[in-house]
Formats: sequence, structure tokens, C-alpha cells
Amino acid sequence: MKVIELKNLSKIYNPDTIPVRAINDVTLSVEEGEFTAIVGPSGCGKTTLLNMIGGLDISSEGSVDIGGVSINEMSESELTTFRLQHIGFVFQAYNLIPVLTAKENIEFIMVLQNRDAKTMQERSDDLLDRMGIKDQRDRRPSELSGGQQQRVAVARALASRPKFVLADEPTANLDSGSTEALLDTMAKLNKEEKITFIFSTHDQRVIDRAKRIIKLVDGEIVSDEPR
Amino acid sequence: MILYIKLAWRNVWRSKKRTWITASSIAFSVFFACLMQSSQLGSYDNMIDNSARFFTGHLGIHQVDFWEDQIIDNSFDQQALFELDLTNPSILMGVPRLSSFALASHGDRTKGAALFGVSLEEEAAFSYLERKLIKGDYNTERGVLMAAGLAANLNLNVGDTLVLMGQGYHGVNAAGKYSVTGILKFPIPALNQGAIYLPLETLQEFLSAPNMISSYSILLEDSQDTEGMKAHIETILKGKELGVMTWQEMLPDLVSSIELDYYGGWVILIILYVVIGFGIFGTFLMMIKERTYELGILNAIGMTKRRVQIMVAIEIFLLIFLGVLLGVLMATPIILYFWSNPILLSGDAALAMEKFGYEPIIPFALNFKIFYNQGISIFIIALFLAIYPMLAIKQMKIIKALKE
Repeated sequence: MKVIELKNLSKIYNPDTIPVRAINDVTLSVEEGEFTAIVGPSGCGKTTLLNMIGGLDISSEGSVDIGGVSINEMSESELTTFRLQHIGFVFQAYNLIPVLTAKENIEFIMVLQNRDAKTMQERSDDLLDRMGIKDQRDRRPSELSGGQQQRVAVARALASRPKFVLADEPTANLDSGSTEALLDTMAKLNKEEKITFIFSTHDQRVIDRAKRIIKLVDGEIVSDEPR
Repeated sequence: MILYIKLAWRNVWRSKKRTWITASSIAFSVFFACLMQSSQLGSYDNMIDNSARFFTGHLGIHQVDFWEDQIIDNSFDQQALFELDLTNPSILMGVPRLSSFALASHGDRTKGAALFGVSLEEEAAFSYLERKLIKGDYNTERGVLMAAGLAANLNLNVGDTLVLMGQGYHGVNAAGKYSVTGILKFPIPALNQGAIYLPLETLQEFLSAPNMISSYSILLEDSQDTEGMKAHIETILKGKELGVMTWQEMLPDLVSSIELDYYGGWVILIILYVVIGFGIFGTFLMMIKERTYELGILNAIGMTKRRVQIMVAIEIFLLIFLGVLLGVLMATPIILYFWSNPILLSGDAALAMEKFGYEPIIPFALNFKIFYNQGISIFIIALFLAIYPMLAIKQMKIIKALKE
């Protein structure tokens, strides 16, 4: 089942002056349960492509379908709600809410989804357990290591039960040990629960774990190979 | 909602130094504004109280022509009042008064004087006249009580004889010799320089106006509740040759000077608010600029801008509430203290106050409205300034915010 379908997607900056094609005529689809890495040199358009898939940025041309729903025509508010219900985000800098504990950060997404207290409690406990950070549940981000913060970020991304998780350079700020541990966890989630992950990365360790590698150069897909 | 409040409260304390600086600046402005308004309102209350007690009452019943032409011939027979039922829970008390003018002489000195014929016993409760006695005896049947300033000008002392000359009821000559039995010192300079108090019957006899009084002065529970009581008394006086006036009608100069001073005070307060407004705006600006990235992330992970606005609005509310609360807590004990211990001016400051006809004290008012007004004013300012962060969030572009 296709969770993402991009058709002739382009992003053009400065269309009226000196047009710059950050993404140029990209067409691709991602099936449920994929573990995909988008790779390429800096400035090739990885983050821009991820932003458009995640509904954070609007495409200049082409279309983005998520789970069969076109997000191109959605209003800003509709897109925000759509992201909340269907897409999980993991950022390079973790971006947890600094004043909330690990558990509260995970539950925050579910509060936005108006879930009941019992569901939130069970889900956050389960995720903390699976991420191996249950003993860190009451700590704030500043009291956690980078690796632990990124695990909380992954747990937060999964809390809303999204269709897929977009991870923008998730290991860029992590040491080797933390990177391996995080990749192990994500690979396990992908394998056991069929959670779809799409990464943008430079990190060879991530690329080595990916089941599909899409290579971008100057905003165009130059290769798209399963492994 | 609990999580929003929790989030907002913790965000407020993320930057403790900034929060304390902002809250303190709000607190100090509320503190000064409360103190200023309390002293202003306290002075007004004091002026109204003094004027009402010594001159007009909060309400005054007169013969209908008296106020236009304040002569003895426009007085009325106090018997007319006995037929009226003036009992009302809003009325504290009422006193009959007869007033006139005469020349007061002692030795080779003569001065114009205001004569007040009063029931000394009732007046002690109405205007606390007895408390103004600084020398001699208060209770007198045939003597007079003189204001200290006038007594000094006439070189009079207790036991001396005063000669009064004037015009009595319907043009008869009025003249008499009276023993000075007491000296009074008034807070109001005009009274201190020219007042002579006599028992009501003594003055009636001097003016050949038996049973006549110029006014029946009424003291109300609330000095501002005059219009309602005026209407009530007007219905009682219907068909009689008597009218009732409020202190605002009888003392228009006092009303104008209070209004002028009140608005002048507001100009100073507005300047204070503008200064504090810039401080608050600076905080809001920082709150948004420093956190654009963070707010962008919240929006990215699914928090609608409206929800982000609510969260920031709660933060702003908490910050302002903290400042206002601190300000009120700081101001309350000080206002309480000065309310029961007014500042007594002395030296040049006292002379300057007296020169302008005011009692040389700075009294303070204790009124919930003072704290409420200042709190509400600051909240309105903050609410107005909060338009900026709300608009900034509304116009925020996620991609731009994530690049901050």
C-alpha cells in the first residue's frame, strides 16, 4: 500500500526573478513499511523534499498524496491538523519542548489529538519502554544525553500513530554509540511494527541500514535502488 | 488546557531573570500608580468631607431662594423640618445651621467674620467641632468660639469680650457683646481666618431671627450617593418652600478642582503606562524573536497556530498577572499604613498647601477600586501589546521559522 506518492514535484525559488529549482520534477512513491534514505550532497534538496512530503513547504509544481489524500490544496490549518494525525517528525536538533519531561513531550502530541488520559498514559509508557528510556521519563531534555533526547523525539513522532515518520538528519548530532542504538530501535520498529521511516542523511551508518536509497543531485533523483 | 497552563507557566520561568525584570517593572508601575491614586482619592475624600462637614453637608435643605441670595432674609423656620420624616438608612445625621456675616471688633481692631449658629452638641458629632478646640471650653450658652486665625488678628483670647455688629432679619440692626469661651483651630484656612461659632439660639437672638435657620445640613453614608437621596428628599419637600441641593451643586469649584486634579493625575499615570508599555512590549518582542524556531517546531509537529497563540497568550497573562499581583501586594500595606496615618506636612510645604486653601496633610484612600483600576489598566495595555505576538504567530512561516 502506497503511503506517499509524489508526481512531477518541483520547488522553484524566486520564480519571478532568477528562478532556482531546488527540486526538479521528482516522481516517486513509498510503500508502507519501507526504511528509506534520501541521500545526496549538501544543498541537493533533501530537506526541501522532506519538507514538501511533510506538508511543511508547498510545492511549486506537481502533487503530493499521503495515503491517497492530496495535500496540495489544503489550507495551512488543515495541513497542520493533517500533520498531527498522519505524519511523525524527527529533527536533527531533537527539538523537544525544553520545559516538559520526556513523558510529557511524548504525551504532548496526544494532548493535541485530544486523546483521553488513560490512552496517553498507556501509549507513552509503552513507547518509553520500547525506546529503552523508561527510567528517564521524568527528566527534562536538558537532563538527557543527545541519544536519549533523540529517542524521546522518535517516541514523540510515533505517539500519534502516524502513517510514516520523516527524519531529517536524525543522527547528525549523535556519537557512534547513540547512533547505533537509535538505528537499532528504529530498525526494530520498522521490522516488527511495519512503521515506515524516511530519512534524509549524509550518515553512512544510516545509509548502510536503509532498505532503499534514493539519491538526489541538484534537486533531481539520479538513482533509486532497493538494497 | 491543564497542559497548556503547565507549559505556559514553565515557559514563564524558563528565563527567570527576564521574568523577574518584566514582573518587577509591572509591579513597580502598579505600586506607584496605586499609591498615587490612593493619595489623590484620599485628598479628594478629605476635601469633600471637610467641606461637607463644615459648610454644606452632603445634602443641604434651604429655603428655595437661599442659594441664589444667601442673606438672612432667605432663612426658614426650623419648625418646618420637624414635620418631615427624614429618617433613611443612607442618612447618617443632619444638623440645623444659621449663618450670616458681621463685623467683629476688639479694641481698635475690626475684621469681617462668618457667623455660624449651631447646635454645639450635634455639631460635635457632625463636624467634630469640639475636636478643633485648642483653648477654653467648648460648651457655652452665651459665649462664642472663635477661629484661631481670627482671634489672633483681633488680638483676642479666652475670656476677652468680642463685639459683633451686622444686619439682622428683615433689616434690623444686630449688635452684641460676647465673651470668647474657646479658640478653635481648623484644617481649612478660610475657616481659620474668619469663623465664629455661636450656639444656634444665641445667633438667632443676635439676628432677631427666632427659630430661623439657613440650612439643614445632611451627612450621607456615601458622599457620592447624592443624586438618589436628593430625589428622595425632594419628594418629601414637595409643596413646601424648601429645596435640597447636593454638595456637588453647592461646591462647583471643589468639583472642578477635583476633576482637574484627577485628570492631571491620569496624565502622569498615562506617562507611567507608556514607559511600562515599552518594557512589556520589549519582553513580548524577545519572547517571539527568541522562540520563533521553537514555535515553528510546535506548528510543524501539529500544533495549530491558534493553539500556539493560546499558549503564548496564557504565558503573557501569567506574566502580567504576576506583575500586577506583586504590585498590589507591595502597595497594600503601605496604603493601609498611610490610610490610618496620613502624612502631616510641615514647614514650607504646609504653608504652600494652606495658601491654596487645603489642609496640610496627605491622606490616603483605601478602596478596592484603586487596585482594580490599576490592574485592569495594565491588563488592557498588555492585551493591546499582545496583538503583536499574536500577529507574529499568525504570520509565521514554518519553513522560515525552522531556519531561524
